[in-house]
Amino acid sequence: MTEPGGKTVQKNYLNADYSIKSWLFTLDHKRIGILYLLTICVFFAIGGTMAALIRLELLTPKSDFFTSDTYNKLFTLHGVILIFFFLIPSIPAFLGNFLIPLMIGARDVAFPRLNLFSWYIFTLGGLIAFGALVVGGVDTGWTFYTPYSSSFAQTAVTATVAAAFIAGFSSIFTGLNFIVTIHKMRAPGMTWYRLPLFVWAHYATSVIMVLGTPVVAITLFLVGLERVLGIGIFDPAKGGDPILFQHLFWFYSHPAVYIMILPAMGVISELITCFSHRKIFGYEFVAYSSIAIAIIGFLVWGHHLFTSGQSRFASIVFSFLTFLVAIPSAVKIFNWTATLYKGRVRFESPMLFALGFIGLFTIGGLTGLYLASLGMDIPLQDTYFVVAHFHYIMVGGAIMGFLGGLHFWWPKITGRMYPEAFGKLSALVVFIGFNLTFLPQFILGYLGMPRRYASYPEEWQVLHVLSSAGASILTVGYLITATYLIWSVFCGEKAPANPWGAKGLEWQTATPPIPDNFEHRPIVREEAYAYEENVKGAA
Amino acid sequence: MQMHIVPVRVYFIVYVLLMILLFVTYWVATMHLGRWNTVVAMLVAMVKTSLVALFFMHLYYSGRLTHVWAAVGFLFLVIMFGLTMNDYITREPSAPGLSVPE
Amino acid sequence: MTTHQEAIEHHPDELELGHQFEDIEQQTEAYTVGMWVFLVTEIMFFGGLFAAYIVYRALYPEIWYAAHEKLDKVLGGVNTAVLLTSSFTMALAVRSAMLNRWKAQVSYLLATMAFAITFLVIKYFEYKEKFEHHLFPGPNFNFGDPGVPNDKAQMFFNLYFAMTGLHGAHVLIGVIVMIALVIRTINMRNQRQDFIPVELAGLYWHFVDIVWIFLFPLLYLIGR
Repeated sequence: MTEPGGKTVQKNYLNADYSIKSWLFTLDHKRIGILYLLTICVFFAIGGTMAALIRLELLTPKSDFFTSDTYNKLFTLHGVILIFFFLIPSIPAFLGNFLIPLMIGARDVAFPRLNLFSWYIFTLGGLIAFGALVVGGVDTGWTFYTPYSSSFAQTAVTATVAAAFIAGFSSIFTGLNFIVTIHKMRAPGMTWYRLPLFVWAHYATSVIMVLGTPVVAITLFLVGLERVLGIGIFDPAKGGDPILFQHLFWFYSHPAVYIMILPAMGVISELITCFSHRKIFGYEFVAYSSIAIAIIGFLVWGHHLFTSGQSRFASIVFSFLTFLVAIPSAVKIFNWTATLYKGRVRFESPMLFALGFIGLFTIGGLTGLYLASLGMDIPLQDTYFVVAHFHYIMVGGAIMGFLGGLHFWWPKITGRMYPEAFGKLSALVVFIGFNLTFLPQFILGYLGMPRRYASYPEEWQVLHVLSSAGASILTVGYLITATYLIWSVFCGEKAPANPWGAKGLEWQTATPPIPDNFEHRPIVREEAYAYEENVKGAA
Repeated sequence: MQMHIVPVRVYFIVYVLLMILLFVTYWVATMHLGRWNTVVAMLVAMVKTSLVALFFMHLYYSGRLTHVWAAVGFLFLVIMFGLTMNDYITREPSAPGLSVPE
Repeated sequence: MTTHQEAIEHHPDELELGHQFEDIEQQTEAYTVGMWVFLVTEIMFFGGLFAAYIVYRALYPEIWYAAHEKLDKVLGGVNTAVLLTSSFTMALAVRSAMLNRWKAQVSYLLATMAFAITFLVIKYFEYKEKFEHHLFPGPNFNFGDPGVPNDKAQMFFNLYFAMTGLHGAHVLIGVIVMIALVIRTINMRNQRQDFIPVELAGLYWHFVDIVWIFLFPLLYLIGR
C-alpha cells in the first residue's frame, strides 16, 4: 500500500538479503514457499519426463523402447514422485505457505522453525527417492501393494518407502502449522466468516494431512520392517492379510486425493470472484463444503478395494458413502457458476485456468461416480478408465489450479508481470493437450485396456497415438509456461501492488511484500470478496 | 474456573483412582468372562484415559478448541477401526483372509 | 484458556516472545493448540498399529490367547503402575513450573525421569527374556508349542514388539526431553521462566502414559 515516492528501491522479502545462507536458514514463510516452489518444480520435471517416456513407449503396440521391467519402474516412479513430491506439497506448501499469513494478516506462520524444518525433511525424502531411482528404481507401483512389495519385489522398495515416510512428516508439520496459524494468528476483525475461501480450503487440507498421513507412515514403516526383518505382517503365507495393507494405505491415500484437489479449489474460489468482480455465491456453503469433503473423504477408502477380496457388505457401504462426496463437490461447482452469472467476467489468463479447472474437474468428478457404483466398477477396475478419471482430477484439477494460482499471485510473489498473451496461450495449449491426452484413455479403458502394461493389441494404437500426441502438446504447454515465467522474473514489467484489482489482505501490502508482511497490523472491517459497488466500507 | 492451578489434592485423588483402576483391570482379567473380559478392560482403560486427559492434561480446564481437537483424534480412530472391521466381520466364508487354513 | 491467562499473571516479567506473535498469550495458546494437534497425529500413528492388532486378534482369537500367556502379567502391571506414577509426578512438575518454583520443578522432573528409566529397565528385561526364548520375530522365531501355528503366533509378537517398541521409543524421547528441561530450568533459575516448555512436555508424557494404558490390557490381559 505504501509506496514511498522518491526512494529508489523498497526493502522487500526478496532483496532483504541475497546470500545463499539467508535463504537456507530463512524463517520467512514467503521464502520457504519459494524454496518449496523450486524443489517441487525439479520433481515435476523428473516425474513429467517419466510420463513422457511412458507415452513414448505406448506409441506402438509392442514394447520396443523399454523392457517391461523398465516400464514398471517408469510408471512407479512417475507416480511416487508426482504424488508424494509434487502434487501433495504443490499448492499447500508453496502457495499456502506464501499466502496464508498474508491473507489472515499475520507476520508469519505460528511455528517458522518447524516450517523450515519441514522443507528440509521434504527435500531429504526427495533425495532418497531420487537415490532409489539412481540405484535401479522401484517396480511396485506407487501404491506399494503387499505382498509383492513386502515379500517379492527385488527393487529399491525399502528406500522408496523410507522416502515417502520422511516426506510424510513434512506434510504433517505443514498441516499442523497451518491449523495453528489459522486458529491463532488472524488479524483483529478477521473472523472465520471473513476468511478467504483459500484459507478455509487449506484448513480442510491440513486436517487431512494431520489425521491421515501418520497412518500411511506407520503402514509403510511396517512394510519396511517386513522387508528388513523378514517377518510377515502382510504376508498371507505367514498368516498375514495383504488386504489390511490396502485398508491402511487407502485410509490415507484416498483422502490424499483431497489434499491435492482442495487447495486447488481454494485457488479457484479466489480467481472466480476476482475475475467476475462479484462476491462469491453462498460463502458459507463453499467454506463448509471444504470441511465436508475433508471429513467424508475419510469414509470412502474402501472403493479402492471393490475387487480385492473385501466383503460384499463392506463394498456396498463404501459405495454408498462414496456417492456422498459428490454433494459437497457439486456445491462448489454450482456456487462458482452462480458467481459467474451476471458477473463482470474478465478473461485474463488465471481466469482461463480457472474455467479450465471447472470443466476438467467436472468430468473427473462425474466419471468418479461411474467408478463409485459397485457393478460398474468391476469391469472398469484397473483399466485406463480409472487412469483417465484420476488424471482429470489430479492433473486437470490440481495442476490447472496450481498454474492458475501461480499466474494470479506471480506479480505478488516476484514483483514482476508475466506476458499476458503468453499466459493465455499457455492456458489454451495446456487445456487442449490435456484433453487430447486423457479423453482417449476413457475410451481405451471402456474397451478394456488395463493400466500398467507396456504393450497392447494393435487395434488400440490409434487411441494411444492420440493420447501420446496430446502428451507432447501438454509438454510444450508446460515448457512455454516455464520459459516466459522465468523470463519475466528478470525482464518482466514491474508489477503494481494490486494488478488485478483483487480484494484480500495480500493485495493491500507492497509488491513484493516486505519481510514482516505489513507495515502496520491490518484491521479487517469487511467481508471477503466485497467486490460489488453496493457493498459499503472501504478497506 | 478460578482454580487455574490445580490443587495437589486433585492430582492425588486422580492418581489414587488410577491405581485402583489398575488393580480392577488386573483382577477382572483373572476371571473368565469370555468376551466381557475385553469389554471391561477397554471400559476401564477409557475411564483411566479420561482421568488422565481431563485432569493431568487439563482438558477439563481448557477451551473449546482443545476439546474439539481431542475429540477429533478419538473420532477418527473410531472411523478407522469401524470401517476396517466393517469389512472383516462381514467377510463371506469363502473370501480370502478369514479362510486361511488353520 | 483461562488456565494460561491466569498463570501468566503470576509471571509479570517479560518472557521471550517470538517475532511472529503479538503477545505472550497468543504465543502460549498457539503452542498449546499445536501440541494437541501433534498429539492427534500421534494417536493416528499408533492407531495404524492398533488397527492391525484388532484385525489379527479378530482373525486368530485362540492363537492370541495362547501367545499372550508368554508375557509376564506382573511385570506389565508393575510397569503400568510405574508409568501412572510418573504421570502424577509430571503433573506436579508442570504445576511447580506454573507457580515458578524451580527447585520443586527440577525435583519432580527428576522423579519422573527416574520412573521412566525404571520402566525402560523393566522393559529391557522383558525383551531379553523374549529373545532368549526365541520369541523375537524373525528367522529364529520358535513358539515352542506344537498345538499353535508358529507363523500366527509370530504375528502376535510382530505386533507386540512393534507396539511396545514404538511406545518405548516415545518413553526414551520423553527422557531426553526431560533432561533438556532440567538443564534449561537450572540454567535459567535466576530469571523469569516460561512454563510452556514443561507444559508441552507434560502433555506429551501423559499421552505416552495413555498409550500404555491401552497396551497393557490389550497385550497382557487377554481374556478367554
